[in-house]
Amino acid sequence: MKVVTFAGVSKRFDGGSHGYAVRNLDLHIGQGELVAVVGKTGCGKSTMFNLLIGLIAPTDGVIRVLGSNPFADFDALAGKIGVVFQNDRLLPWRSALDNVAYGLELRHVAKERRLAVGRDWLKRLGLEVHSEKYPHSLSGGMRQRVSIARAFATDPEILLCDEPFSALDELTGASLRSEFRRLVQETHKTGIFVTHSIGEAIDIGDRILVFCAPGHVAAEFAVPEALRELGEEGLKQRILDVMGGTGA
Amino acid sequence: MRLRKEPIISGLALIGLWQLASYFFPPFLFPSVAAIGKELLAILTQGELVVGALATSARILGGMAGAFVVGGAIGLWMGRSAGFERYIHPLLIFNQGIPALSWVVISIIWFKSTEFRIWFIILMTTLPAFAFQIHDSYRAISKDLIEMSMSFRPSKWDLVRTLIWPSVLPGIMTAWKVNLGNVSRVVVVAELVGAGIGVGYELLQRQQLFDMAGAIAWTLVLVLFVVVSQGFVTMLESHFLRYRPTSERQR
Repeated sequence: MKVVTFAGVSKRFDGGSHGYAVRNLDLHIGQGELVAVVGKTGCGKSTMFNLLIGLIAPTDGVIRVLGSNPFADFDALAGKIGVVFQNDRLLPWRSALDNVAYGLELRHVAKERRLAVGRDWLKRLGLEVHSEKYPHSLSGGMRQRVSIARAFATDPEILLCDEPFSALDELTGASLRSEFRRLVQETHKTGIFVTHSIGEAIDIGDRILVFCAPGHVAAEFAVPEALRELGEEGLKQRILDVMGGTGA
Repeated sequence: MRLRKEPIISGLALIGLWQLASYFFPPFLFPSVAAIGKELLAILTQGELVVGALATSARILGGMAGAFVVGGAIGLWMGRSAGFERYIHPLLIFNQGIPALSWVVISIIWFKSTEFRIWFIILMTTLPAFAFQIHDSYRAISKDLIEMSMSFRPSKWDLVRTLIWPSVLPGIMTAWKVNLGNVSRVVVVAELVGAGIGVGYELLQRQQLFDMAGAIAWTLVLVLFVVVSQGFVTMLESHFLRYRPTSERQR
């Protein structure tokens, strides 16, 4: 079953013919897949991400997420998409626990229930002792963990991640990557992970979509098969070649 | 909260200088500290005078509440609609240029009720500050946080309750603190014309009697109100904005 479909999608920002951020994009993502989208800065990854969430409308083409148009049927996807952004985007006036419970509050889940779910997710991410702390007193890695917990807490069908570990140090990023992958597999979510790092894309994805400007899929790799066939370095080189030779 | 010694020392020095002046000048210019204290005590203990002080306080709070509601609504609407902002912003700037005394004259001609006149004068003189402060706070809401909240697809009310209100709250607190000081000056001018009760009315009486001790005492009542009100707003601020980090260097 296709969970996400882009058919001939284009997005133009300035109204002119040269302003395409995404052009003729076709992609299909099935249920339970963990897809990494890799590409250089400015290739249209974030525009695709915002189109998928429904924050912006396509200029042309059709987008379907769980059968709904994410922009026109905005409310229809309430609670079905969880998002982890590049920066943690925690509400500074809420404790770590209240931040995790935020999505549930917006879904009008009873307070006891949402706090219980929030505590459970903080515990799973090793943050239970920090639940009452405000974001400013947490480290960058902790804050990003809280934002991951917030995305998972609403139990969405699709998880979208936009370079969530790019601002963290290598060690913290690697640890969160493996945690994230474990959680997606445990909870049987469909995951779409946007990154500019080829290594991260290979680490996370079952399938890699290589994006090139203006926002289209230039190549696609099934990771286990590609690793068997090319090895990690070979796969990295192939992706780099597609991206134009200046990748991660 | 630690009591600092510096304000106490500077306050005592001012009182000392005043007392010293009272030895060299007649009481209608520099009455003794004891005479001012006696007047102040009378105001704070005699029912009729307390009512006068409370009337002024109520007018300040009533006028500011009105300005907050109207100015806040205008500020938020300007934030939501660039078109509305283009029409209203110049009018608010124009309003800021009108002196409080002009509003006094206008309100005397326009309205019959003294209380409504005073309320209207406070409303018109403080409304732009509330509107601008809340408009600025609204515009400063992080785009990142709006997108994050929108990704959960909240209702408009939930977005206002959980994101917009907490984001504009610091601006609202600042607007109240700044306006409290301004309004205390405006209200006295407003009460000078037509009010039969209140600090402005009492100051006018003392001026006609050349009673400097009474004038200072009534002024101190107003200052006391502003200090207590500012303290109350600061207390609310430190409760609601307790999440804000402070650097050790800031202390």
